Amino acid sequence: MPPLVGTPIRRKEDPALLSGRGRYADDLPTPAGTLHGHVIRSPHPHADIVRIDARDALAKDGVWAVITGQDLRKISDPFLVALKTPVHQWSLAVDRVRYVGEPVALVVAESRYLAEDAAELVRIEYRPLDAVIDAQAARVPTAPILHPEAKTNEISVRRFSYGDTKSAFARADARVALRTTFPRLSFTPMECYVVVAQYNSAEGSYDVLANFQGPFSTHPVMARALRVGGPKLRLRIPPDSGGSFGIKLSVFPYVVLIALAARITGRPVKWVEDRAEHLLAASSGPNRITEIEAAVTRDGRILALRLDQLEDYGAFLRAPMPGPLYRMHGAITGAYDIANVDVINRVVLTNKMPASLIRGFGGPQLYMALERLVQRIAIELDLDHLDVIRRNLVPAQKMPYRAAAGALYDSGDYPRAVATTTDSGRLDDLKRRRDAARANGRKYGIGFAAVVEPAMSNMGYLSTLLTAEARDRAGPKNGAVSMVTVNIDPLGAVSVTADVTVQGQGHETVLAQIVADQLGLRPEDINVVLEMDTAKDQWSIAAGTYSCRFTPGTAVAAHLAASRMAEKLKGIGAKQLNILPEDVELAQGKIRSRSNPDNAAPFGRIAGTSHWSPVMLPEGMAPALSETALWTPPELEPPTRDDRINTSLTYGFVFDMCGVEIDPLTYQVRVDRYVSMHDAGRILNPMIADGQMRGAFAQGIAAALYEEFSYSDEGAFLSGTFADYLIPTVNEIPPVEMLHQETPSPLTPLGAKGLAEGNCMSVPACIANAIADALGVADVRIPATPRRIHALMEGSGR
Amino acid sequence: MKPRPFDYVRPEMVDEAIAVLAEYGDEARVLAGGQSLLAMLNLRLADPTVLVDISRIAALDEIVDHGDTIEVGAAVTQSRLLAWPRLAEKLPLVAAVLPFVGHFQTRNKGTICGSVAHADPSSEIPLALAILDGKVVLRSQRGTRMLAAGAFQQDMLTTARANDELITAVHFPVLSDRRVAFREVARRHGDFAIVAVAALMEGKGAVRLGVGGLSGRPEVRSIASTNGSATRDAVQQMAAELEGYDDLHASAAMRRDLLCRLAPVVIDEAFRCAA
Amino acid sequence: MRRIAKDERTRIRLTLNGRARSAETEPRTLLSDFLRYSLGATGTHVGCEHGVCGCCTVLLDGTAVRSCLTLAVQAEGRDVRTVESLAAPDGALNALQQAFQNHHALQCGFCTPGILMSFTDYLKRNPKPSEADIRDVLSGHLCRCTGYAGIVSALLEAANRIESR
Ligand code: FES
Ligand code: FES
Repeated sequence: MPPLVGTPIRRKEDPALLSGRGRYADDLPTPAGTLHGHVIRSPHPHADIVRIDARDALAKDGVWAVITGQDLRKISDPFLVALKTPVHQWSLAVDRVRYVGEPVALVVAESRYLAEDAAELVRIEYRPLDAVIDAQAARVPTAPILHPEAKTNEISVRRFSYGDTKSAFARADARVALRTTFPRLSFTPMECYVVVAQYNSAEGSYDVLANFQGPFSTHPVMARALRVGGPKLRLRIPPDSGGSFGIKLSVFPYVVLIALAARITGRPVKWVEDRAEHLLAASSGPNRITEIEAAVTRDGRILALRLDQLEDYGAFLRAPMPGPLYRMHGAITGAYDIANVDVINRVVLTNKMPASLIRGFGGPQLYMALERLVQRIAIELDLDHLDVIRRNLVPAQKMPYRAAAGALYDSGDYPRAVATTTDSGRLDDLKRRRDAARANGRKYGIGFAAVVEPAMSNMGYLSTLLTAEARDRAGPKNGAVSMVTVNIDPLGAVSVTADVTVQGQGHETVLAQIVADQLGLRPEDINVVLEMDTAKDQWSIAAGTYSCRFTPGTAVAAHLAASRMAEKLKGIGAKQLNILPEDVELAQGKIRSRSNPDNAAPFGRIAGTSHWSPVMLPEGMAPALSETALWTPPELEPPTRDDRINTSLTYGFVFDMCGVEIDPLTYQVRVDRYVSMHDAGRILNPMIADGQMRGAFAQGIAAALYEEFSYSDEGAFLSGTFADYLIPTVNEIPPVEMLHQETPSPLTPLGAKGLAEGNCMSVPACIANAIADALGVADVRIPATPRRIHALMEGSGR
Repeated sequence: MKPRPFDYVRPEMVDEAIAVLAEYGDEARVLAGGQSLLAMLNLRLADPTVLVDISRIAALDEIVDHGDTIEVGAAVTQSRLLAWPRLAEKLPLVAAVLPFVGHFQTRNKGTICGSVAHADPSSEIPLALAILDGKVVLRSQRGTRMLAAGAFQQDMLTTARANDELITAVHFPVLSDRRVAFREVARRHGDFAIVAVAALMEGKGAVRLGVGGLSGRPEVRSIASTNGSATRDAVQQMAAELEGYDDLHASAAMRRDLLCRLAPVVIDEAFRCAA
Repeated sequence: MRRIAKDERTRIRLTLNGRARSAETEPRTLLSDFLRYSLGATGTHVGCEHGVCGCCTVLLDGTAVRSCLTLAVQAEGRDVRTVESLAAPDGALNALQQAFQNHHALQCGFCTPGILMSFTDYLKRNPKPSEADIRDVLSGHLCRCTGYAGIVSALLEAANRIESR
């Protein structure tokens, strides 16, 4: 039978989801007597809380509690953060609010409608303070300080130096410098946060259902905040979740809040976030300002890079921040062979919602700077943009390639990927379209972007934030564990559990493919159960679904667990079929002799042996009831003394090329043609892979042209509804031609790499480059809205 | 995002509805399709004591062809008018703008009169009503009056409707010259327009130009259509007079520039539109 | 004239997926909440509660509407259909649903029920839609996962299959 892995089998998930039988968090039954929470939020960007008067609210029928930061402070601790600074955050504001939307109080009542009514009766007196919104302004010594104990808003500055950047700049023919900005936005999932919490006072334990996505390194953060040991916080993740894209990590402060509310009221409490709350305060990607400079030869070869990255995390740093600033760190030179690089990483706090995980996670910010710079090098040296890219790409012969800052690029052939993309008349066609448009006086530009796409994060990458000495003191952090268990039931039926959370990526299907291949079964024979229960399922701090860890991580663990199970079943089968284990094969639902396929037994008969007659097992074999594989690739080493870090396990490649035209009537950027080449190693399910890439592409378009969280200078939030925060509909997503190249990763048994984030990283940079080409400007801000294009074209002075 | 409590009444006759409006005045809100009102209630941006649901008043659910005008009742949904077989023939401009009003799903419930009552400055139906010089029928226990569209919509979300009045219908005039055109610029199709422009040929080298999104209400001007540069000058003057306004999606200058770019195209399209 | 005071809980009766159903509720209850929490029909999802995302779309007397912009009391005595009505009683998917699976038109599936209900209405009215028609109706829905390409292909296939039957 040809292997299932690599084929586009249809999803096991779909029939239920298409029939209204999904089991999302808000669909699941709640315990009897469940109360409902509603969060009262700050209308001020920065203010002291003078007084909270809840008497009228509490006098209302059906209202159980109005909980404030002062109440929580007595029974909980602030959230832990990797960076040691005196920035304390509880799940409700204590004494002071620092962004519009910050939770100030929780009303608990018998229905959500009632809780919202009661919230209007809570009187909160604030003393407004000056706010600081702009990341640069926040660094100025006279700026209002968000956390006075920290004495500054710029709470971390780290300098890194790899190679000899100084002398490279000294010997360079030219220097090219650019400043880029990346805005705040969020790939808001269609389902908002949901938490249902219970408190068991006899045990002092919490049982919480939440549509949390991981990483489970946040579980100890929640447990510590609740002042309990890990086992006393039982976290359960529902079988279905309405999308996440990094955003559903940030439900964790609400897990703690609602858990505490259950403890205070003595009743189960449920909270369903609404869209207004979600846009206002759930999570945002961090905005970044990058000063980037290259030392180049006359023909465009980059000798060295300098980056000064200022990243704005909003009002608080929350675990695992400042991840986006460090997740790409080892790969900061992108797709280019650049030996010398200096980096300054700055973390600044402002009066905006806290930033956190988001698909792409640091990649879009980095590539906006790096890929825009490469385009500027071409302009300033009067070279062809594509030539500059080609001249600097890591050559295929250098693979595996150790990048200057420590990433180990496992495989790839970047020049070939670029050639394939531009060949077959594609680039010629783009140029023809451009020339024709320009001949008619229209503004048309071509953009490129080359992107290295990391997957499966080294859990030690964030410790690069600390100095080597501080790392020594804090203890070793590195690696990443993936876990999958394959179980056999008494009738030989197979089930699988894994350390991922469901968000729509089709993991159930892909795991079934992998396991079915090893056991000679069909995907429909494999029951994959991905709801999670931290009290009963296997997990590590790396668990969850984020940073594309599934293909290089969990999928591998599934492959290992299933192949071990297969080995055991071969041993059992050999004994029962009276043949040698080497002659046994698992195929077509049978366990049989390879040389004499008629000598066979149904899979279930032999697989059930461990239940019914363990004594019949081959000598010394433990019962084959369940196999758990743990996969920890050795390449994920801790940072070296000189701060080199292999931030991820696998590194794919994406090359994008596009043509855009500025609509002569409307100032809208119209994407005329878009081509995207991916090398993600071996593809496990081409249909699902294509869906992931197209989803990422759409989010890349969203970031490039539509979505932004806007604040007024005074800190008011301007993107509070879906009429202001513009998610593209079908009509805003242009067609894209997806191309593929497969260079398997040598570091994982399946050869697969991550692929679901690359276009989030490449599309904003590629479109910005095309706009720069169309308008002949250096400073392109995204999202490139008609308003911004109008200002660029007509000058802002009018 | 749940509405505050309110009383609910669902009259079956217009007299019942206006009696409730007479009783409650500005504490009542009329619910027809609810496509703007319900969103405002959910966001707690509106605070009515009583909601008067007129969607089941059969007398208001009618499209009446009077020959020179088409009367559209207050319960008639946008999709119902869009599917009215004589729409393209009688009201080509309305046929042109309706597909831009919200989406299929909101047009199924949203009403023509509700959109007029809501009075968004760039919304399409009020613009169509204004440029066609249509009328709004208002009824209260005090009587019935008919207001010209220009007198009805006064500013952004502000109309001449008295608190005890119910919009029972709007009248769209049927024009003999069927050369019309419409375009709008919105961030996404179905969003409120940033700038919307409609043009009607008036014969004798003149064109009536309707503009939404440059001031608090739709603006209509008659200008010369035959002379390209005179047309451009007139449009530019109109843009300068109306000034435009700033919001998240557009600056005032951009609105003016959009008008100057769009209007000549729309006028040209109307001019070439087959009668 | 139907009249309900604000804090009065009244029994609202309607037909849900062909069966008479009722529950007590206040006049302000949204149809989306009524379906999900009072009648237990959780297939209808809520993504924005201000009429933009389309997740909550259901059929009211056969017409696709936003259930978050509809009061439960407005559906009184009327026919409501939700995604739970689409598959055959034995679970077999209908042509529209099957096309979605064939074309990988869903990932998380949260937006999907609303889209299915919109097109259950639309394909009845226009059994031979062009791709532009499909995109126009689909633009009343937000999907965060798919980038829409699979949804458009699925809808084109569904239209063909329904037409050719
Ligand atoms: S929930 Fe109704 S349209 Fe979004
Ligand atoms: S499939 Fe997730 S939002 Fe559409």
